[in-house]
Amino acid sequence: MADIAFLLLIFFLVTTTMNVDTGLQRLLPPMPEDDTQVEQDVKQRNILTVLVNKSDRLLVGGEPMDVTMLREKTREFITNPNNDLDLPEKQVENIEYFGPMEVSRGVISLQNDRGTSYKMYMIVQNELIATYDELRNELSTTRFGKKYGDLNEDEQKAVQKVYPLRISEAEPKSIGGRK
Amino acid sequence: MSKFKKKTDKGTPSISTASLPDIVFMLLFFFMVSTTMRDTEMMVQVRLPEATQVAKLEKKSLVSHIFIGAPSRQYQALLGTDSRIQLNDSFKTLVDIRDFISSERDALGEADKAKLTTSLKIDEDTRMGIVDDVKQELRKASALKISYAARRVENF
Repeated sequence: MADIAFLLLIFFLVTTTMNVDTGLQRLLPPMPEDDTQVEQDVKQRNILTVLVNKSDRLLVGGEPMDVTMLREKTREFITNPNNDLDLPEKQVENIEYFGPMEVSRGVISLQNDRGTSYKMYMIVQNELIATYDELRNELSTTRFGKKYGDLNEDEQKAVQKVYPLRISEAEPKSIGGRK
Repeated sequence: MSKFKKKTDKGTPSISTASLPDIVFMLLFFFMVSTTMRDTEMMVQVRLPEATQVAKLEKKSLVSHIFIGAPSRQYQALLGTDSRIQLNDSFKTLVDIRDFISSERDALGEADKAKLTTSLKIDEDTRMGIVDDVKQELRKASALKISYAARRVENF
């Protein structure tokens, strides 16, 4: 009896996979209804363009940059600590739990080439999301004394309103013939 | 003459194994319940990229997978090493994604249809061209919730 049970046990031990699927979760923008190109009028100071070329080099806001600097740069862009005129505007909004808060209107525009490697793309995505996560965590620790992930749904929504995840990915365009 | 013989000491007595089957069965049931059989055969090689900000995918029944990567060794003679898309158990092309999404969506209940998440399991050496194409197809199919599958690491 025990032998058969052992045999089964070993079989399930070997075949079992305990891994959970993990990943960076994003929302794609919906497809525009018809072919009309909606030109959104966004001020230059409110956009931070992050370009990744086919040799995986970065151009952030017009200057080449190493990926390790990206987090700092986006953080400065979102928070705009000194109310710089070149950095995004802020809008005062009334938010639950917080009262009037200054919300940045900055949008990060991520553009990649068809030849960019997926690895680099993921590193950039990860850094951008990490910046937002850091900011949200800081805010929720000062306000609620808890990490963002431990807040309840309403509190999370309020924090999201203060730091909305605004990463826009440009419509892919192919330049040159390389696929 | 005594009725009870005096026990003679013969070293340490062996541990009773009577409860062993119980323990083994308990473990067996644990693994039987927690096990998930791998249902799709991998036809492309996928080495996931690393990331720190990963989140767990909650409900497995609401997740459909799209694999992108170079074909496995046994298919390389036929297909070369260019990145391919695998849906379920076969190589597919971009145009099949919409059908795939709609069939995945039909399999879900009415309440869960909007919660369908597409997990993109993409090899880290893939070029973004094919990834962008797949994303455009997903947008057309209005499967907007996606997750870029990644391995969790603490820092780079």
